[in-house]
Amino acid sequence: MVLDVNGVKHEVTVDPDVELLSVLRNELDLTGSKYGCGEGACGACTVLINGSPSRSCITPVTSVAGKEIITVEGLEKNGKLHAVQEAFLTTDPFQCSYCASGMIMSAVALLKNNPAPTEDAIIKALNGNICRCGTYPNIVKAIQLASKP
Amino acid sequence: MQHSTNLPHPFEPTQDELPPKPGHHFELDRRKFFKLFGGGLAVAFVLHDLFSFAGETLPPEPSSIPTSQVGAWIHIGEDGTVSVYTGKVEVGQNIRTSLSQIVSEELKVPISSIKMIMGDTHLVPYDAGTFGSRSTPQMGTQLRKAAATAREALVQMAAKNWNTAAKTLQAEKGTVIDPANNKKIGYGELTKGHQLLLPISDQASMTAAADWKVAGKSVRKINGRSFITGKHEYVSDMKLPGMLHGKVLRQPSYEAKLLEVDVSKAKAIPGVIVVHDGDFIGVAAPDVRTAGKALQAIKAKWDESTQHPSTANIFEYLVKNATAAASGRNAGNTKGSVQQGLTIADFTHAKTYNINYIAHVPLEPRAALAQWKDGKLTVWTGTQRPFGVQQDLAEVFKLPKEKVRVIMPDTGSGYGGKHSGEAAVEAARLAQEAKKPVKMVWTREEEFTWAYFRPGGVIEVNSGVTNDGTITAWKFTNYNSGSAGLNTQYKITHQQIAHLPSDSPLKQGSYRGLASTANVFARECHITDLARLIKMDQLHFRLKNSNDERLTAVLETAAKAFGWNSSAKSAGHGFGIAGGFEKGGYVATCAEVIVNSDKEVKVVRVTQAFECGAIVNPLHLENQVMGSIVQGLGGALFEAIDFADGKIRNSGLSAYRVPRFSDIPKIEIVTIDRKDLPSAGAGEAAIIGIAPAIRNAILDATGIALTTLPLLPNGVLG
Ligand code: FES
Ligand code: FES
Repeated sequence: MVLDVNGVKHEVTVDPDVELLSVLRNELDLTGSKYGCGEGACGACTVLINGSPSRSCITPVTSVAGKEIITVEGLEKNGKLHAVQEAFLTTDPFQCSYCASGMIMSAVALLKNNPAPTEDAIIKALNGNICRCGTYPNIVKAIQLASKP
Repeated sequence: MQHSTNLPHPFEPTQDELPPKPGHHFELDRRKFFKLFGGGLAVAFVLHDLFSFAGETLPPEPSSIPTSQVGAWIHIGEDGTVSVYTGKVEVGQNIRTSLSQIVSEELKVPISSIKMIMGDTHLVPYDAGTFGSRSTPQMGTQLRKAAATAREALVQMAAKNWNTAAKTLQAEKGTVIDPANNKKIGYGELTKGHQLLLPISDQASMTAAADWKVAGKSVRKINGRSFITGKHEYVSDMKLPGMLHGKVLRQPSYEAKLLEVDVSKAKAIPGVIVVHDGDFIGVAAPDVRTAGKALQAIKAKWDESTQHPSTANIFEYLVKNATAAASGRNAGNTKGSVQQGLTIADFTHAKTYNINYIAHVPLEPRAALAQWKDGKLTVWTGTQRPFGVQQDLAEVFKLPKEKVRVIMPDTGSGYGGKHSGEAAVEAARLAQEAKKPVKMVWTREEEFTWAYFRPGGVIEVNSGVTNDGTITAWKFTNYNSGSAGLNTQYKITHQQIAHLPSDSPLKQGSYRGLASTANVFARECHITDLARLIKMDQLHFRLKNSNDERLTAVLETAAKAFGWNSSAKSAGHGFGIAGGFEKGGYVATCAEVIVNSDKEVKVVRVTQAFECGAIVNPLHLENQVMGSIVQGLGGALFEAIDFADGKIRNSGLSAYRVPRFSDIPKIEIVTIDRKDLPSAGAGEAAIIGIAPAIRNAILDATGIALTTLPLLPNGVLG
């Protein structure tokens, strides 16, 4: 089957019931999306599928054929970081950063639909993303920095 | 020769935090060193010979230099690049950044010219591990001294070159400058890339915290960009040519015994390697799915007849199976006579506190990548003790330690939960058989089941107080929770404090703040109870009895910022406070809760004051303190391991609840920068105040004195 990841079409031969996360990480060497739980409970594996944030660890790869998949590796354009990445770089909220890609992808999806979210809207949209290092308030600050005033 | 680098400091780790067998590899270093330099240590350090030329033909291998020498820690390349070698590892506490700041400050080089080489047993001096908040006080001090010594030597070399007096010269941005004539020479030109063979001097003058220009500032995370672009390679992301993926057959329950096993079907799958060695059964395959299928194809029969205690009876079990009180460094204080203290009290108070087991849940589960080459083993793994894992591997595979190299890339957190090297041993065993590199990445379920937990425990407190606010008696008996934070910080004449280890049915080990999360909880709950008995304000009672001015300072700071005396409390609201110190960090936490008519409890706000000496990086300190409060909030309110029949019943993130965005109250952090005090670590003490502060606030709001951690597994009281 053909996967459209970060604007590039990839021909992959995989078992139909394999999850997207596994294909991204093991077949396409896109390891920016992380495994944290494998059951859709932590958000570390979040990618955008046709623009909506999705847990790639519970997404069967066959269900995304022909859809546009964006991973954290696809945000940077010509060496220029996405505004959300810039905001995270400036705010510097992460500790181990293992949650970072998932947080950033969820934030990108939120801001695309709602460029100036309230704090409550941020919390609601990001509540599926766990940061075990726990700097949630500073992650909110980073997303606010990336928001349109 | 002793490790001259192990500086004594007042908060050595407790027994529970220490690796089981501290390794030494100094003999080897000395031998290599003597071989390198023939004459041994008696190198005449005349200025021109300050830097050895013996290492010229060899690649720089700083771990072969005695740790008393600058070169073991710092190398300056011909191009001015500064390599810094440390056995400390980065698990998110951002010490890659803070240690760089410290070196930049002392050596007077731009931070961008520094490359930190961390946790590679082949390259860095021996280190017991990254735990106990020792990185900043111990390693920070070590690197400061090494950098200051190097800087002074560089200035002297330039002085000699220019035939002028060293004291007229300045070190700045990686160069030595003569202000008289603006002559300049780069450090790299002076060292020509040679190893810095000069003894680290205690006399080298170090920059006082008050004069810091790089340290003490909120320098952003080093390599921050590689993390937010997904480019950083955690061990679980690594790949080697021909690499296989490993899986291990786990017991269905703890202590299950293998009766029979048939691995033939697994072996028949193309590309699959099966290892059956003693009780170890593992598979490796070219991709994760095939490895998973191979594992499923193994038919095993188990004897699961062992009886296990469960969550329902664990507290009785721990008390019943307690052994004699711990001695030595882990012994509690005993003085006066508790009996006498109870007799003279106006009120006595006895309570038992129960502490559930909790999990660290590092977001990156254990992972290791192992490769054998020419009889040598290299393992990349996320561990807080690379040298400990090297030792384990050497023992398991009967290799001399120099044939085992452990490398720790910056890892997806640990919180004291990654001291061990299980995945490393498993990957190495599979790779040995497969003759190919093998990567093991634990599943979340494996991480929940086969790693280790913060101990559960029972703490009994029996105390007495007089109406004037004097604590007359304090008997504190801790079963199985561990000894960190055991002793009291209050003035008490009659005390009897003990830690009694027990037979823990679950594997237990270090945690953030370790046992102090339990001990401080029991102590600070009980202190508030005593204050209430004599109708004294709980803050005032603490200040009156505090035995430590730094504790007093954080209590007063937190209370002021929180508005302890000034803010009005509306109906259903309650205020609580708690404080303590651990590993050189002092903390006081105020919490406000609201309890509604359905007895639902919400933590509204938390104010925490924290002091750990001179602050190296204010933003990263804030992140550490915030992270501690949030992690502590989980353990305070709802985190608990649920187990029965030798199985963990909540071994996934959908069943084991950890704090999320929506759980977070308004958090205010006030840090106190004590530039007059040495910097201490911040990863631990900041976690200990939150649980008792919330519990005391619930008591204030409702009169209900909770005694079990977590306080509200279902979110409601009672
Ligand atoms: S790994 Fe997909 S949600 Fe946790
Ligand atoms: S920074 Fe470690 S999990 Fe978020």
